[in-house]
Amino acid sequence: MNERAVAFILNGQSREVHVPAHHTLLDVLRDDLGALEVKEGCGEGVCGTCTVLLDDEPVSACLLLIPRVAGRRITTVRGLGEGETLHPLQEAFAINGAAQCGFCIPGMLLTAYAFLRDHPTPSREEIRRAIAGNLCRCTGYVKIIDAIARVADGRAGRG
Amino acid sequence: MARQVLHPPKERLRVVGQRVTRHDAVDKVQARTLYAADWEMPAMLHGAVLRSPYPSARIRRIDPSPARALPGVAAVLLASDVPNNTLWTDVPGQTSEVGALRARIHVLADGVVRYQGEPVALVAAETRELAQQAAELIVVEYEPCAGVFDPVAALQAGAPKVHDEGNLLASWKIRCGDSEAALARAAVVVEGTYRCQFIDHAYLEPESGVAWIDSDGVLVIRVSTQVIEHFRAVAEVLGLAHNKVRVIGPYVGGGFGGKEDVTVEVFLGLLAWRTRRPVKMTWTRQESLLARPKRHPFVLRYRTGATREGELVAQAVDLLADSGAYAYLSALVLMYAAVTAAGPYRVPHVSVQARVAYTNNPPTSAMRGFGAMQMVLGYESQMDQLARRLGIDPVELRVRNALVKGDRLPIGQELDTHVAVAEAARRAWDALGPRPSPSTPEHRVGRGLACNMQPYGRIVWLHDWASAWVGFEMDGSLVVRTGTPDVGGGQASSLCQIAAEVLGLDVGRVSIHIADSALTPLAGTTTATRQLYMSGNAVLQASTVLRRQILEVAARMLETPAAALEMREGAAVAPHGQRVALAAVMKECARSGVSRSALAVYHAPAGDPIDLEHGGGRVFPDYAFGAHAVDVEVDTETGHVRVLRHIACHDVGRAINPQSVEGQIQGGAVMGLGYGLMEEVVLDHGVNLSTLFATYLIPSSLDVPDVEPLIVESGEGKGPFGARGIGEPPIAPPAAAVANAIEDAVGVRITELPITPERVARALGLFRDP
Repeated sequence: MNERAVAFILNGQSREVHVPAHHTLLDVLRDDLGALEVKEGCGEGVCGTCTVLLDDEPVSACLLLIPRVAGRRITTVRGLGEGETLHPLQEAFAINGAAQCGFCIPGMLLTAYAFLRDHPTPSREEIRRAIAGNLCRCTGYVKIIDAIARVADGRAGRG
Repeated sequence: MARQVLHPPKERLRVVGQRVTRHDAVDKVQARTLYAADWEMPAMLHGAVLRSPYPSARIRRIDPSPARALPGVAAVLLASDVPNNTLWTDVPGQTSEVGALRARIHVLADGVVRYQGEPVALVAAETRELAQQAAELIVVEYEPCAGVFDPVAALQAGAPKVHDEGNLLASWKIRCGDSEAALARAAVVVEGTYRCQFIDHAYLEPESGVAWIDSDGVLVIRVSTQVIEHFRAVAEVLGLAHNKVRVIGPYVGGGFGGKEDVTVEVFLGLLAWRTRRPVKMTWTRQESLLARPKRHPFVLRYRTGATREGELVAQAVDLLADSGAYAYLSALVLMYAAVTAAGPYRVPHVSVQARVAYTNNPPTSAMRGFGAMQMVLGYESQMDQLARRLGIDPVELRVRNALVKGDRLPIGQELDTHVAVAEAARRAWDALGPRPSPSTPEHRVGRGLACNMQPYGRIVWLHDWASAWVGFEMDGSLVVRTGTPDVGGGQASSLCQIAAEVLGLDVGRVSIHIADSALTPLAGTTTATRQLYMSGNAVLQASTVLRRQILEVAARMLETPAAALEMREGAAVAPHGQRVALAAVMKECARSGVSRSALAVYHAPAGDPIDLEHGGGRVFPDYAFGAHAVDVEVDTETGHVRVLRHIACHDVGRAINPQSVEGQIQGGAVMGLGYGLMEEVVLDHGVNLSTLFATYLIPSSLDVPDVEPLIVESGEGKGPFGARGIGEPPIAPPAAAVANAIEDAVGVRITELPITPERVARALGLFRDP
């Protein structure tokens, strides 16, 4: 069924898969590479749950057909932090109670990570806008925004 | 967000009341938690469901042979292949033989389909794609039938019958005094009809699970669920002994009542049993939105009478709800609605007539707030209308009529714990501070309040119970085992705190195993805002018994009376400071034959069914009370409503983990704003037009303000340390508070949810109807 070989970098490691061209990055990450840290919420690019970084920019893995990923870099939440050490954002989410059921959190963290990289000292409203594509049904967003603001403050030397 | 403790607890607690980082938080931020869809088994098959495209039809013929002939298909099952095709929606493990409370659902449609999305056939195949492809190859010939899609129409003579026994599923009445006579005498009477809509739980994690047969021949199902006790329902469908089915509940990616009913587990059980291979099934979002039970829409008719001074004298309420095509928990939902319909106010004369009808719409069942929350739009809109009519401040009117401890509800139940209505109303309102100014001349700002009451715990006739096991390891670390599913509210983590408090441990020394029907003592469902209350009491009881056992031994070792000992920092400590580490106590327990563990069963207050015609007693163990106050801005040119501030005040009895309490309040309030302002499952003659997240909208971070929680700790809840549940209460007030604020801003009353810009614009006269 029109299989192709697609090579890309996943969290710093070279990977190659042979899969039908109509498979999405989300299918491949979960089914072929066991990257179960990427969750599926809606499968239609609306909820942001399956957000990963494609060459450092957040994308919905469910909308990306696998051939598009050839030769590019994919980062999942496992690519944040170093080994067992949490990234400051992960730590802030945990301490702040921003992870309740936790299902949207991997995608939310990656969106927040890319946003803070480009906007190191955002306002609360800018954070609110940045995560608008990542739905959360548990927290009411306050603790998530608080956690992101906390890390931003730290970087700006105000925390 | 600042937390305000209004009644600080008197005694000093070390762990309870602390903002403890949940033990599962680190796994969740690293995405190491394995949800249901992340689980795999060797040589696993994939399951798919074929669903009805029609809301009402007869099945003339089904031919599964093209699907069975497809290479890679392991099983295709029809209704005739299901040993017992009826699924009883019992309240698991409780005494539940209360007439209409018991309802049945077909596992697979048998001859007739009654809603769009009803399961008709099951497939198991080597891959997900194959399973889907095979399902589409099954030939089904339908003969579409007339349907009924509105509960009012369903109850009219000559309406198409959804079930042979007729379309009225359940009817409850509550009578207290003589509401008609009192309304006739009342100085003022306000009337209102309110309508609320179908909404979806829209948890981020779709329904999913994996089933397999273990080496002992036990059917094991690992499934995202709020109810591991559904192992019994699966066993009965399969004709197996209850002890041959085991349900394991992993951490759930959101439930909100949508994972209270059976989802994939019965299909997985059937497919795994038939194929003797592991099977996985995960529903797509579209499937979840199409076929899962929704929140009940209601038509609420209210008549409220009061004196000139604003004293309520009567409330007459007529409720009609849409059950959709099957009963599920509709009769129970209706009872919550009926019992709370008059609101958290003292009303001497009350009549409530509540009915729920079958239609060919998707079934409705449990969702956060469970009937009691829909009523808030009714009674709180009435309170504001009354305040307006009488020229009394809306807060003052509520405070004058608020229930207090010792009052009786219309059903006759006496409120025997703190009732925080007046307090919550005042505090929420005052916290808003000065009124904001409109952002442009075309905008108007308004302020609204809504109070609520929500039962927590099960109806007392169900004789609710939960059990927990607590035991020390030899090194003095502690293990808790309980059947409690954790749906994201931090249920498991709060239980660790309770055990740590009683046994003098750092919470990091407590491990908890939850939600395995074979290995953890059963604790009932994570629903009805009951787990902190029920499992919390079970863990408290088990920990207290264990503490006594351990201290007896420690007392001998320290040569001090047990009563004089304290447990702290992992040791038993005598008054003079001499201590013995728990590891040494465990060794001594083992040597002297004293158990290092305890199992406790907490039985909730129980009672007999009451007569819902005449009232006369207790229906629920206790109620939670709260109030939300909002500032909104209405765009008078578009009808768009923006919530500027949102204060949510609730009496939680005692905040076991204030961080979790705040999260529950903020998340619940935002879900309530979604209900009030944007969410709706749109149905056209039973055909669901909202089966995408692109068409079923839930609030994003841009749609809602930072909800500010105000926590009241009265210490009078029926849970451990005086706690009350807080899972459901915060979802209820926002819609009514917003509706009240809109009238304050622009002078129009919106009576139908969701309050879309179109509805507001229409009310403002911005549309000219032809």
